[in-house]
Amino acid sequence: MVTVTPTTVAPTTAPPSPRRRQGGRPVLRLLILVAIVAVVLYPLIWMVGTSLKSQEEIVNNVGLLPERFSPGNYTAGWSNFDVSFGRFFLNSTMVSLFTVVGNGLSCLLAAYAFARLRFRLRGMWFAVMIGTLLLPQHVLIVPQYILFRTLGLVGGEWPYLPLLIPQFLATEAFFVFLMVQFMRGVPRELDEAARIDGAGPFGIFRHIILPLSRPALVTTAIFSFIWTWNDFFRQLVFLSQLEDYTVPVALTLFIDSTSQSAVGPMFAMSVLSLLPVFLFFVAFQRMLVEGINTSGIKG
Amino acid sequence: MALTTAPDPTRRGPGSARTHADRRGPGRLRHSEGLAGYVFLSPWLIGLMGVTAIPMLLSLYLSFTNYDILTPFSEVEWVGLANYERMFTADPSYWHAVRVTVTFAVIAVPLKLAAALGVALLLNRAWRGVGLFRGLFYLPSLLGGSVALAIVWVNMFNRDGAFNSLLSLFGITGKPWVNDPDWALETLMVLAIWQFGAPMVIFLAGLKQVPTELYEAASVDGAGRFRQFRNVTLPMLSPVIFFNLVLETINGFQGFTAAFVLSNGTGGPVDSTLMYTLNLYITGFTELNMGYASAMAWVFLLAIAVITAIFFSTGRFWVHYSDGEDR
Repeated sequence: MVTVTPTTVAPTTAPPSPRRRQGGRPVLRLLILVAIVAVVLYPLIWMVGTSLKSQEEIVNNVGLLPERFSPGNYTAGWSNFDVSFGRFFLNSTMVSLFTVVGNGLSCLLAAYAFARLRFRLRGMWFAVMIGTLLLPQHVLIVPQYILFRTLGLVGGEWPYLPLLIPQFLATEAFFVFLMVQFMRGVPRELDEAARIDGAGPFGIFRHIILPLSRPALVTTAIFSFIWTWNDFFRQLVFLSQLEDYTVPVALTLFIDSTSQSAVGPMFAMSVLSLLPVFLFFVAFQRMLVEGINTSGIKG
Repeated sequence: MALTTAPDPTRRGPGSARTHADRRGPGRLRHSEGLAGYVFLSPWLIGLMGVTAIPMLLSLYLSFTNYDILTPFSEVEWVGLANYERMFTADPSYWHAVRVTVTFAVIAVPLKLAAALGVALLLNRAWRGVGLFRGLFYLPSLLGGSVALAIVWVNMFNRDGAFNSLLSLFGITGKPWVNDPDWALETLMVLAIWQFGAPMVIFLAGLKQVPTELYEAASVDGAGRFRQFRNVTLPMLSPVIFFNLVLETINGFQGFTAAFVLSNGTGGPVDSTLMYTLNLYITGFTELNMGYASAMAWVFLLAIAVITAIFFSTGRFWVHYSDGEDR
């Protein structure tokens, strides 16, 4: 497809127009993109549609959307088990919020030390921190389970401690790294000025770094929340009592029952469980998309 | 998760750190800063020791035992290399899980990256509405490994699912894909490919870095669009391709949630979705063979380290950094 384009004719005089890159006919490209959007959105729309179909329609109507909206699946799903889904949502919310606080606090402290303070062996610790980035959680889960169980924390009075303790100890190295990168961008002159005014490392942290790190904290908070809300593996391993279940673990109860009649309620609860993440997506769409391309965060 | 290389403070020896501190201000601050450093670092250090390092050592020890969580530590029996021996020579389901995982990664990861790159090329131009498309394509990645999404996916490829009703529009009679051992893993691959949004965004960032002049020069030389792609876009994008490839491969090996949901935690039908991590979970938490599961975890860790190392050593041959010595 070697077509003669305007740029091959007159590249010498005018400065190259930045708009001429992998061109393609705009209409054709738009059509392809719309087709891909349809493929990408189809499962999600089908999910919402099915959650609103009556039992009878789920079997008979193969269409994307219900003919008659029947919200009954939502009420049925909400109280499908001995424990109401309200409880599961509360549990998930609590775990996610505490994780956000824990990650924010502990990672910020560690990042400040790595980014700004001089101390012995700092380089070595930093390398270790980067190394833990690559540790798959599946490697740690067995010994951590044994450890927390030996300490009596699994299924104990506060069943979420095994999920939360690591988050308050800056084990999410990715966020530490993100904040270190961010803090390196904060001008050192500000530290110097504060130091001349008599501030020590704590004062500088409190009055310079903490307020200026807001954007990094917000990014950490959003991704912390979404990841924890979506997380399944750790919650599956550490939660053993029905009333302690979080939403993802509770959703698997539907699969256990496998009866066809549970499909509608199962979809309804699935839709609800994705709602917080979806709302975050709508609210922070620009930030999320930019966030990953500057830092490599995965969804 | 992220492999971005940072300016690395490890390069700075203690000596140079001192001169640095001296340059910055009064030397009397140095001592308090060293102390403060460790105060600020203490949560992380406690976490590193308590939640990461000691558990890992414990896990290494347990991998040489027959620990099953029910017997107390004092009665744990040292079995030497028996777990590793069993894994490599006497456990067909282990090798099956390895095969399933490698198959999944080898097929799904390249297709996902191809989709991501293809769509990124389509979106690589500023026009009204491009942000909306980017956001919509990213959405599946964000919903990512959630159970809800896996549930929807499994049902979509059921006998009565949306996929078959779509096929029936073309007069094709589908089958219950997720219950078919020959197709269950493929449905999981399609799920992974569907979530191409995250690498796509990274590709888009990479494409923005390619200087427009290179395309101009190439087209002056008479290169068509395909040759421009092959000789300009691909080499310039190779660091980003490399980054995505490493990241997605490691992610691919760790797939768990969808396989768990599809098979209700069994790896079925007929072990067709027995991913490595699911096998590890079943061994450790269903069958309570914690010693054996620890051995599996360590082999997993080593395997990922080796694969990453292989990527980095072969990367030299095809990854071009514009500021590097090659080319």
